[in-house]
Amino acid sequence: MKWLKRNWWVAGLFLALAVAVLSPLASPHPDGLERVAEDQGFIDRVQDPPLHILADYLFPGIEDERLATILAGLVGTAIVFGLAYGVAWVVRRRRGAGS
Amino acid sequence: MKPLEEATRVASARDDKMHIPDGFLNTGTSIAAWAASAGGLGYALRRVNRTLGERQVPLMGVTAAFIFAAQMLNFTVIGGTSGHLLGGALAAILLGPWAGMLVLTSVLTIQALLFQDGGLLALGANIFNMAIVGVLVGWAAYRLLARLLGGQTWALFVSGFLAGWLSVVLAALAAAAELALSGTLAWQVVIPAMGGIHALIGIGEGMITVGVLAFLRVARPDLLTLGQTAQMSKG
Repeated sequence: MKWLKRNWWVAGLFLALAVAVLSPLASPHPDGLERVAEDQGFIDRVQDPPLHILADYLFPGIEDERLATILAGLVGTAIVFGLAYGVAWVVRRRRGAGS
Repeated sequence: MKPLEEATRVASARDDKMHIPDGFLNTGTSIAAWAASAGGLGYALRRVNRTLGERQVPLMGVTAAFIFAAQMLNFTVIGGTSGHLLGGALAAILLGPWAGMLVLTSVLTIQALLFQDGGLLALGANIFNMAIVGVLVGWAAYRLLARLLGGQTWALFVSGFLAGWLSVVLAALAAAAELALSGTLAWQVVIPAMGGIHALIGIGEGMITVGVLAFLRVARPDLLTLGQTAQMSKG
């Protein structure tokens, strides 16, 4: 418990990962921008991206769509955590070096 | 009938969330948005460099991770339309506007690069709308309302709700302006269309923002004051 109190961010990260596991429950309806694009007839202008990596929030090579969504969500959550943490760490470290 | 059904199902599953893709904005608007975003982020980096506390380093990671995950959870609003969390007001309340901008930019960049959610040329516009306009509006509204209403718990929740709602509506209007500037849709059509649906989606944003604030108030009340401390200790 003491360890968790000091490293509270671990609990926060697990909470975020838990939210990612819920992602198959998401509403399947188009979101606000896509609704407007469909209603106003400019949805066809969407250009196919040059590279599909985890496109449509589906982990490639997995049959079960829910599992593919959960895996993509977990991978993305972990990577975003790492990137934001890394940016913050570098910014803080550079201040320490500069002063 | 079977293949058609299958195609429809797959299409609806893949099209449920969307930042601005490439093709909606013209090149000039996209480049102008990239320039505005680069300027805003450069300023944010300088401010964060001076003010970031030790505990905010992991909090930036956790906030970004939570916003990414929560953005996957679309909620139905009305008439076969969904919305999802933006998170700009939440990040600004927890971390202050400058660190909040970096958090939202991290989320949007990974979404564009790895998940093909939002175009690469359009990433500048998505950053401008959500990481800069969304975060700044959420921050300004929260601080102004919290000051007007006082420091009681209910006042913070009302401020959080309205900050979340406003951040979504103004981010959507920024996107609408870019669509109009690109000649994709006329001003008088795109402004009410985008503003109207996002006025509804913003209610969900406000509710999630308040929910997280209420949770933190019980679980980690100390984290709720970090964003304000970051602002006050500015050099």
